[in-house]
Amino acid sequence: MFVATHNGPQFVCGQAPPVDGPMGQRGTYAIQCALQALWLRRNLGARSLADFASEATFDVKPCLLHGLESAPPISVSLSREDGLLYYKQMQTIRRMELKADQLYKQKVIRGFCHLYDGQEACGVGIENAIKPTDHLITAYRVHGIAYLRGVALKSILSELTGRQGGCAKGKGGSMHMYFKNFYGGNGIVGAQVPLGAGVAFALKYQGLDSLCVAMYGDGAANQGQIFEAFNMASLWSLPCLFVCENNQFGMGTAVERASANVDYYQRGDYIPGIKVDGMDVLCVREATKFAADFIRSGKGPMLMELETYRYHGHSMSDPGVSYRTREEIKEVRTKSDPISLLRDRLVGSGLSSVEELKEIDVKVRGEIEEASQFATSDPEPPLSDLTSHIYKTSLNSCIRGITPWQQLATA
Amino acid sequence: MAAPGVFGGLLRRLGGFGVRVRRSLHTSPAMSVQVTVRDALNQAMDEEMERDERTFILGEEVGQYDGAYKITRGLLKKYGEKRVIDTPITEMGFAGIATGAAMAGLRPICEFMTFNFSMQAIDQVVNSAAKALYMSAGTIHVPIVFRGPNGASAGVGAQHSQCFAAWYGHCPGLKVISPWNSIDCKGLLKAAIRDDDPVVFLENELMYGVPFDMPEEAQSPDFLLPIGKAHVERTGQHITVVAHSRIVGFCLEAAAALAKEGIECEVINLRSIRPLDMATVEQSVMKTNHLMTVEGGWPIFGVGAEICASVMEGPAFDYLDAPAMRVTGVDVPMPYARNLEELAGPQVKDIITAARRMVTGKEESRATA
Repeated sequence: MFVATHNGPQFVCGQAPPVDGPMGQRGTYAIQCALQALWLRRNLGARSLADFASEATFDVKPCLLHGLESAPPISVSLSREDGLLYYKQMQTIRRMELKADQLYKQKVIRGFCHLYDGQEACGVGIENAIKPTDHLITAYRVHGIAYLRGVALKSILSELTGRQGGCAKGKGGSMHMYFKNFYGGNGIVGAQVPLGAGVAFALKYQGLDSLCVAMYGDGAANQGQIFEAFNMASLWSLPCLFVCENNQFGMGTAVERASANVDYYQRGDYIPGIKVDGMDVLCVREATKFAADFIRSGKGPMLMELETYRYHGHSMSDPGVSYRTREEIKEVRTKSDPISLLRDRLVGSGLSSVEELKEIDVKVRGEIEEASQFATSDPEPPLSDLTSHIYKTSLNSCIRGITPWQQLATA
Repeated sequence: MAAPGVFGGLLRRLGGFGVRVRRSLHTSPAMSVQVTVRDALNQAMDEEMERDERTFILGEEVGQYDGAYKITRGLLKKYGEKRVIDTPITEMGFAGIATGAAMAGLRPICEFMTFNFSMQAIDQVVNSAAKALYMSAGTIHVPIVFRGPNGASAGVGAQHSQCFAAWYGHCPGLKVISPWNSIDCKGLLKAAIRDDDPVVFLENELMYGVPFDMPEEAQSPDFLLPIGKAHVERTGQHITVVAHSRIVGFCLEAAAALAKEGIECEVINLRSIRPLDMATVEQSVMKTNHLMTVEGGWPIFGVGAEICASVMEGPAFDYLDAPAMRVTGVDVPMPYARNLEELAGPQVKDIITAARRMVTGKEESRATA
């Protein structure tokens, strides 16, 4: 039905179709949708600010606290601009990961491929709470994070397909994507956490007002080196935000079977911690802002546990149903999907509309398709790249090849 | 100021009797001093920390304790806690922190109290530091130095005596240095600190207190030695003897003894394990026609194995009059008892008999027969 608002006539789709009308329920509904679309097209030029709310406030789940007196706010304001941005970012990651799934099944992507669909709100919430001058490091489930840190879509997809246009020229693969202020992309479970503490050390040493976000999963959370990093980060008051993305499974092992203590946000002991609803991008954003403020004020490191879920298995070799049920996956998709949650909020509050979000979906699909075309047509790296980037300063001009008489030039 | 050699000793003794000896009696253009390996390493780090603010040291006991082996003595006092950092006993953690700091723009010197403990951190050295440049196709580089004592010491037993030259030398992406004397240590540690790649710097505990002549040019704060270049310590025409670290000194002693029998050894100090300077080795073998490698580490898959295989594959093979041979530590964990420990590693006499046998066909000297 048309609802008269101060923003002009608004047809709110998704509601129950009107009860009566000349062409029956569905017919009337369809006509009204078409009229809405027509109205929007006519008013394209006068759209955006006049038609939609510019800001709205939402409640988020309160965070659980460890060693903290204050908490992130539970009433969060979201601007239309930010809302559309977060939607686009999450949808881009979602579509990109599904495209990677497709390309992997076509055998165009080989080896390891760990997908992030379901966890989009974690990456998007963090990136929109920190600054581009902050640094970040994560583990191997990295494609979405790489995109958020600034790596172009086609550079990500062509890295997955092993082409020269990849962000690591095809030499790194799925798990090794890097950018300015972004240190990958790390294949050894847990090793990235001391590295991240080291980045934070360097930021403090150089007197920069920046922090490092060091991400790891529930599977890595039991690694000894993580506790070693906690100890030194706390002793030396390093500006490090440790983030545990708890997607409930370390490969095929549920958290209860791997950890004597599954309260990962408390495992930092002397490091204050918060447990956050990782399916809600606004909750993640506010919690990250809260943590970043704490760290920037010189109070030392903090630990943030994001409770999230991955739809795919651990990697493309894992169907993901031998250790959990399809019903469980379906339930999370239906009730807690991060993109749906944001969509409902944007539409329900008048920040956006179904139509507008659909346009974004179409645009995103187009961008992913274009990147995918590039990734499948770009050539593989030249043979000279086999022996380049071994040293920043090579001391020899050649290295030994497969046989002693094969001397390969190295750069 | 000490003057070198016998004449210097004479001067000192005369000075002790209250006799004033004027220096003009002994005019040498270059003023060299005696510097221990320990002091050479200390000077290298001091000079490089003064030169570049991004350079810092971390490790166990490097600060307040002045270093477990006193290599970092005085540096905490001079540079303060920001730049000389005592770590907890958590190698994997602090090696990872050092590597991350290097990725983010600093130039860490990460000390392992001995390289035996680096095994706890080896994942960070190899998988994080060594491979980062390649995996990132040049986006991330890691200008870090991992240093500390390597190989056998005296009476420290099996877990504290292993040589890691072959382990680290195996990995592309690392540069690996194994210096012998004070000049090596000074010039190569400075070069390692200035190098933009991860460098594993293998010292030797038993060399720390040994003094060597340090010529004037080596005393300059800009003195560097090239990584990847071996040094011929003694020329000779009968046999090429290749060694690294403390064993170089044993080889020179053996060479002095063999010279009396008319066997002239060309002793090559590798200085670097990776890259290995095979050009210098090959050039020498093409002159002497005999090759013997000597190392303190285990024989199987070791440094000597690599050198012999390389010579087989290269231009020097055709010049060999005898198969190339390795003299190594015994293939056992290091025992504690002194007599067994002495049997477990190559001694000067072992080098002498091996070289003599290769050149003359006999282990006993003709002179003693």
